[in-house]
Amino acid sequence: MDLDFSIVTRSLPYLWQGMKYTLQLTATSAVGGLFFGTLLALARLSSNKILSNVAAGYVNLMRSIPLVLVIFWFFFLVPLIAQGITGSERPIQIGAERTAIITFILFEAAYFCEIMRAGIQSIPRGQVHSAYALGLTYGQSMRLVILPQAFRNMIPVLLTQTIILFQDTSLVYVISATDFVGAASKIAQRDSRLVEMYLFVAVVYFVLCYTLSYLVKLLQKRVAVIR
Amino acid sequence: MNYNWNWGVFFQQTPDGDGAYWEWILAGFYWTLAISALAWIIALVVGSIVGTVRTTDRPWLVRLGNAWVELFRNIPLLVQMFLWYFVIPEFIPPLKNWMVSTEPIYAQFLAAVLCLGLFTSARIAEQVRAGIQSLSRGQRNAGMAVGLTQVQVYRFVLLPMAFRIIIPPLTSETMNLIKNSSIALTIGLAELTFRSREIGEYTFNFFEAFTAATVIYITIAMTANRVMAYVERRVAVPGYIGGGK
Repeated sequence: MDLDFSIVTRSLPYLWQGMKYTLQLTATSAVGGLFFGTLLALARLSSNKILSNVAAGYVNLMRSIPLVLVIFWFFFLVPLIAQGITGSERPIQIGAERTAIITFILFEAAYFCEIMRAGIQSIPRGQVHSAYALGLTYGQSMRLVILPQAFRNMIPVLLTQTIILFQDTSLVYVISATDFVGAASKIAQRDSRLVEMYLFVAVVYFVLCYTLSYLVKLLQKRVAVIR
Repeated sequence: MNYNWNWGVFFQQTPDGDGAYWEWILAGFYWTLAISALAWIIALVVGSIVGTVRTTDRPWLVRLGNAWVELFRNIPLLVQMFLWYFVIPEFIPPLKNWMVSTEPIYAQFLAAVLCLGLFTSARIAEQVRAGIQSLSRGQRNAGMAVGLTQVQVYRFVLLPMAFRIIIPPLTSETMNLIKNSSIALTIGLAELTFRSREIGEYTFNFFEAFTAATVIYITIAMTANRVMAYVERRVAVPGYIGGGK
C-alpha cells in the first residue's frame, strides 16, 4: 500500500475552514450550554415542585438518548419550530451548521446542569443563610455569593466537559455539516485517500485533546480550594 | 407547529417487501443490543486488566496502561470508528480480504464491536484503577503479610472489593456504551438509530420513527438502571456509605 500524505498539505486551507467551524461550534455550545445549564440547575434545586420536575425530566431525557439521535431530532424539528415562530407557510431551512449550534447548546445544557448542580450543592448551607441574613434577595445571593463559588469549584470539571464536547462536535458529520471531520471526509472520499486523511484527523484530535487535558490537570492543582 | 402525526406508519409495508416498518425497528434494536453486549464483554475484560496493571509497582506496565487510556480517550469516537473500519484493515491484508469478501454487515459489526469495546475499556480501566486506589493501604499490606503473592492479593483481596465499589460508575458507563453504539450508523451498520432515520426517509414520518427509537433507548436506560441497582444492593460492602447495614 502506498501512502501519500501530500493530500493533507494540499487541502490544509479547506481543513482549517472545517476546524474553525469546529472551534466556533465548541465555544458557542460551551458558553450557551453553561448559561442554560446554570438556569436548569437553579430550576432543579428550586423548591417549586413543578419547576424542579420539569427541569429534571428535561435533563434525564437528554441524558438517556444518544447524541446522534438528538442531532437528527433537531435537524428536522428546528425548521418546523422556526416556521411556527415566524408564521411562515413552509418549514424554514436554516442549514446544518446553524442547526448544529442550537442542538449542541440545548444538549450540553443538560450535562452542564448536572455539573453546576453538584457545584451549588458543594457550597455549605451557611453561605445561603448568611446571604439572606444580610438582606440579599434570592437572585442577589445566587449571583453574588453562591454561583461565583460554585463556578470556581467546578472550573476543572467544566473544562473537561468542554474537551468532551470538542470531541462530540465531530458527530455533526451525520447531518453533513462541514466541521473538521466533515471537511476531511469530503476530501478523503473525493480523492480516495481515506487512510491518510483519517490518520491525520486522529493525530490532530489526539494532540489537541491530550494537551488540553494536561493543562486542565495543572489548573486543577492550582485552583483546588483548601477547606 | 403543524405536523400530521401518523402512527400507522409502523404497520405499512416496507418497499423491499419483507414485512412492516416495525420489523425494521425491531431488527435495529437487536443489532444495538448485540453490539452493546459484545463490546461490553470486551470492555470489561480489557478494562479490568489495564486498570489493574496501572496500580502495580512495575513502572513500564503502569506507563503502558496510562498510554492505553490516553490513546482511546483523546480521539473522538466517530474518528475511532472510521479508523477501525477504513484505516486499520488497510494495514492487515488478510482482514481486508475477509472484509471485502464477506457480507458488509459482518465487517461493520466487527469494526463497531472492536471500536466500542476498546474505547469503553479505557474508561472502565480508569474506574477500576480508581476503585483499587480507593482501598486503604492496609488491605494490600495485610494480604502480603499473610503470605499471599501479588497476584493472589489482587485476586482475593483487592479486586473483589474494588468491583463492588465501582458498580455505580460502571452502570453509567454501560449506558454510555449503549448510547455510543448509535455511532455505528456512520459506517452503515443498520442499528436502531439508523433504522429510525431510514424509516423517516422512506415515509417522511421522521418524528414517529424518532419517537419510537427515543422510547426504546429510554426503556433500555431504565432497565439497565434497575438491573444494576439490584446488583448494587446485592453486593454492597457493609460499613461503607451506601453499603447498608
